Amino acid sequence: MKPSTRDRRLTWIFILPSVILFSLFAIPFFALFERSIDSDFFVNALSEQALKALRLSLISSTITTLATILFGTPFAYILARWRFRSKSWLELMIDLPIVLPPSVAGLALLIAFGRRGMFGSLLGSLGITLPFTTTAVVLAQMFVAAPLYIRSARIGFTEIDKQLEEAAQVEGANQWQLFKEVMFPLAGRALISGAILTWTRALGEFGATILFAGNLEGVTQTMPMAIYLGFERNIGIALALSVLLVVVSALLLGLTRKLEQNDNHRN
Amino acid sequence: MKHTLSLLWLLALFLAGCAPAATPIAAPMQPPATEEPDLVPAAVPPTDTPEPEPRTLNVFAAASLIDAFTEIGKNFEAANPGVTVAFNFAGSQALRTQIEEGAPADVFASANAKEMDTLVSGSHVDAAAPTPFLKNKLVVILPADNPAGIEDLEGLAAFGVKLVLAAENVPVGNYARQSLDLMNGQFGTGFKDEVLANVVSNEDNVKQIVTKVQLGEADAGIVYTSDAVAAPELQTIEISDELNVIATYPIAPLVNSENADLAQSFVNYVLSAEGQAVLAKWGFAAPQ
Repeated sequence: MKPSTRDRRLTWIFILPSVILFSLFAIPFFALFERSIDSDFFVNALSEQALKALRLSLISSTITTLATILFGTPFAYILARWRFRSKSWLELMIDLPIVLPPSVAGLALLIAFGRRGMFGSLLGSLGITLPFTTTAVVLAQMFVAAPLYIRSARIGFTEIDKQLEEAAQVEGANQWQLFKEVMFPLAGRALISGAILTWTRALGEFGATILFAGNLEGVTQTMPMAIYLGFERNIGIALALSVLLVVVSALLLGLTRKLEQNDNHRN
Repeated sequence: MKHTLSLLWLLALFLAGCAPAATPIAAPMQPPATEEPDLVPAAVPPTDTPEPEPRTLNVFAAASLIDAFTEIGKNFEAANPGVTVAFNFAGSQALRTQIEEGAPADVFASANAKEMDTLVSGSHVDAAAPTPFLKNKLVVILPADNPAGIEDLEGLAAFGVKLVLAAENVPVGNYARQSLDLMNGQFGTGFKDEVLANVVSNEDNVKQIVTKVQLGEADAGIVYTSDAVAAPELQTIEISDELNVIATYPIAPLVNSENADLAQSFVNYVLSAEGQAVLAKWGFAAPQ
């Protein structure tokens, strides 16, 4: 169907709002780069505080991602392939941290795993305290970021053809073989893109961390924390770290999109 | 077609609504001011005008002032019908940054001279304006059950104590480190380093230290005596005057205030006997 000239003139109805909304995203990014890329950029990006924060962020978010894959894959598999009561309720709870303000997550973590917390006091009797440790940083990141992986993996597992599963069972594959030989490879791309999303989100986690883990250089001060505090102390460091985070996040997001596109081609 | 037309109208309305926003935001919370000549006498509460114009005074105040200033704000509102005092409480360094970045503030009450001086040199505050309005000093707070069994100041250096301070650029964090320097003289040169090695978190403002100690997550914190007054369930360890750092808080109206008259009368109120009585009640000392 060819749009008439008259109709074509109305295309601005679509373009104008889009441009307005797009500038909401584009202008701040541009401003961030414009103001931070100067002679001091490398001095700030390579300052001790920035490097410590970068190192901690990379280590903690990597651990978060690995732990999420380890615990989240079986969980997503159960949610995707098993049938049981109150499953939708469980799924809702797992998705909740995606939409919840991270400060709520931080407070809840502190109340649960803090020294006086419900579970934390139990840990305390074993000589383990979580708040103010790097472990707390990882837990906070997992709380907010793991749901993204579980969600993606769950969808990946769900989309696998039921017949393949049946065929494997006819061949005599047991549950573990079915998972290892069939389901895991077929859901591979969904798992990888989920893992990257989780990694990106963990890298950006701030609200839950500041409440639950506190702020100590090299121990709990991640990049977003250093940006927040840098805003009051040394805005150069805040800007440099922000630019680094934008670039890294963009690269990772690009990678997931590429994976998703390949996935679509294949189907 | 009808749909398209109504969509167009919506868009037009939306754009019309957008247009003024493109110019710098002038006074967000206010109805268009009818420049009446009674602006100056408004400093004194007008008794003969029946309906005072509703106005909002934005007061940016150090986090340690939360309790005292909230009460002062209520009193000030009661004495000035139509006036709403909106507070922004945070670490003084955070407030200073916000003001520098253009936040609409009318009054700034800082926990140290440094942040105020920065605003003076940035022409946000008149050089003659800052007035000291209270004194505060440091105290060590412990959870009610004192889980680390800290008996005295030297106990802060004991191995394994979880100490929470404010970051070095937060006034109270800076004062605490100054005080630890003084303690070096009394308890031995390594004392400060031992204590700092026990720090598990550098918080962004003093009230976060109080909360972490109240929750029992930290074994000890160094805060202002006024914070200990506001949290009477906590245990305290006094810091003697020769080891303590006396903080003097300055207050000033901001040059760019849209409510200069009101800002000045708020400052005057804080300095008045009435305002000072509220501050004393919350554990602050008079400036002189």
